[in-house]
Amino acid sequence: MRTPILVVCRKEVVENARDRRTLLSTLFFGPLFAPALFAVLINVMLSQALSGMDETVELPIIGAGHAPNLVEFLTRHGLEAADGGPTTIEDARAAVARGQYDVALAVDPGYALAFRNSDDARVTLIVDRSETRATATSQRVRFVLDAYANQIGMLRLQARGLNPTVLRAVTIDELDVSSAAARSVLLLGMLTYFLLLATLAGGFYLAIDATAGERERGSLEPLLTVPVGRSSLLLGKMAATICYMLLSLALTLIGFRVALAFVPLEGLGMRANFDAAVAVKTFLLLAPFTPLGAALMTLVASFTRSYKEAQTYLTLVLLIPTLPLLLASLLNVEPDMSLMWIPSLSQHLLVTALLKAEPLSWSYAAVSATASIVLGAALAMLAIRFYDREALLG
Amino acid sequence: MIEVSGLSKRFGSVVALDDISFSASDGRITGLLGPNGAGKSTCLRILYTVLKPDAGSATINDVDVVAHPLRARRELGVLPHGAGLYPQLTTRENIAYFGRLHGIKEPALSARVAELIARLELEEIADRRAKGFSQGQRTKVALARALVHAPNTLLLDEPTNGLDVMSTLSLRNWLGELRDRGQCIVLSSHIMQEVAALCDDIVIVAHGRIVAHGTAEALRARFGNKSLEEIFVETVAGS
Repeated sequence: MRTPILVVCRKEVVENARDRRTLLSTLFFGPLFAPALFAVLINVMLSQALSGMDETVELPIIGAGHAPNLVEFLTRHGLEAADGGPTTIEDARAAVARGQYDVALAVDPGYALAFRNSDDARVTLIVDRSETRATATSQRVRFVLDAYANQIGMLRLQARGLNPTVLRAVTIDELDVSSAAARSVLLLGMLTYFLLLATLAGGFYLAIDATAGERERGSLEPLLTVPVGRSSLLLGKMAATICYMLLSLALTLIGFRVALAFVPLEGLGMRANFDAAVAVKTFLLLAPFTPLGAALMTLVASFTRSYKEAQTYLTLVLLIPTLPLLLASLLNVEPDMSLMWIPSLSQHLLVTALLKAEPLSWSYAAVSATASIVLGAALAMLAIRFYDREALLG
Repeated sequence: MIEVSGLSKRFGSVVALDDISFSASDGRITGLLGPNGAGKSTCLRILYTVLKPDAGSATINDVDVVAHPLRARRELGVLPHGAGLYPQLTTRENIAYFGRLHGIKEPALSARVAELIARLELEEIADRRAKGFSQGQRTKVALARALVHAPNTLLLDEPTNGLDVMSTLSLRNWLGELRDRGQCIVLSSHIMQEVAALCDDIVIVAHGRIVAHGTAEALRARFGNKSLEEIFVETVAGS
């Protein structure tokens, strides 16, 4: 009984190692593509969040001559008066509406006089609120204008012998209690999704090969004439699928370990808690998911009539790891013993906790592993029953 | 030695086999002759245990195929329709894989595979991957694979399908050689000449029933001096 399983497993491992599709999905998609995509994604998010603050923005100013101090203040804060920009309010409105500028500023002709008399000196900000891209720029201009108004206001109060704090009844201080590692979890939470996806992708083609592939090539019928029970044949194939899934998972973890070194998480005050020990623990937490994934994919593939049909259905199976992520982010769930019975959600919660550098509960990990393995075994038995049907040959 | 008695099989409302009985002896080639859809493949599939009959029984060397399918498979070498190989494995690996599944261990396995490669003249493609093999090459490798455990009984489903003249001739020689060594061979075909040239006993099947059964000579005696072709047309039309 045991030897045929090993014979089948070994043959599948060797055969698929020579198959370009399997290699691509095991060695390329998971380990290279996912971490690279992840690193690029985070880099883009970081650069979007960080940029804009120090970048120089061209700001058309109408009537700049009325407020040389304000213009100088704006310039010092990276808002350069645009040369050859619109000269009237109407032109500026048209230019902003066209999208030529994100925002324009018009200084009231009475500004200089009002300013000198400490009256209400007015400027007009011309913005297009329907343009989301321009919102950041207009907020920045508004922020700089507010700062200028505040600064002048305080100077005027001081000149009159008043403490500027009379204008500020309440001062708000913010104290952020999250650790650096906990903050990076917002981004690293996506990691479990990529890891589960890469794990499933590693076994994708082997699971199809077990039934639909063999049948389409006409090698299934001869295989069923050897004196080995169908359950042994299928278990051998599933064992090979698990081998590839584990390989894909391990390589993907190594890929992430390397890729995260190139991600400036520190730029957001975050620390990527992903050293070798965490990678090994992540592997151990996710490994019990592989029998479940292999059995599920094999079962789904054994329903199908052709290779193409199997591919279509299995692509849907690849969406399964997105469910816990969606649930976890929508409901903001916390690790809980009852949730450890739900495979993939439990792995997501455990790995996320691990990345947050929170103490790992071994009883949680044990329940998560048990639940995945038990469900995997049940699905494997179901797949074997399907494999035993006469209709398998089509 | 194969004994088939009262085999019946239906798929839904379609009757594929209706009370079929015949026997095939050692040292003889028995041909199942009939048009497409007559039930030849279903009969062979029950014999090599991938289908179960609704009624009746069949034994291979006194092993019941329904009660002891794994033991029956040990007695059998099978060349199913189509003869699919593993495209990423070489000829040698394709044959050895089945040898291992039959429980043959090294070093006996390598020796047996090498012997089959020599006897079937597969040296040229022995270490090439099966991807892109011609139909003739595939059939030869599949035949070697079916023979790896030296079975006494051989079942072949449309073995000459898609083979060119040379490959058909060498296959015939091969089967003749195996028969002369005392093996029991059953093959199916819808080609009259092939059965006439190759088989000692002929079972004519149509619509799931046996319409004529006997040696080539006996059938000729029974139907006068008609050719097998005419017998075939007559019996199939009459059923």
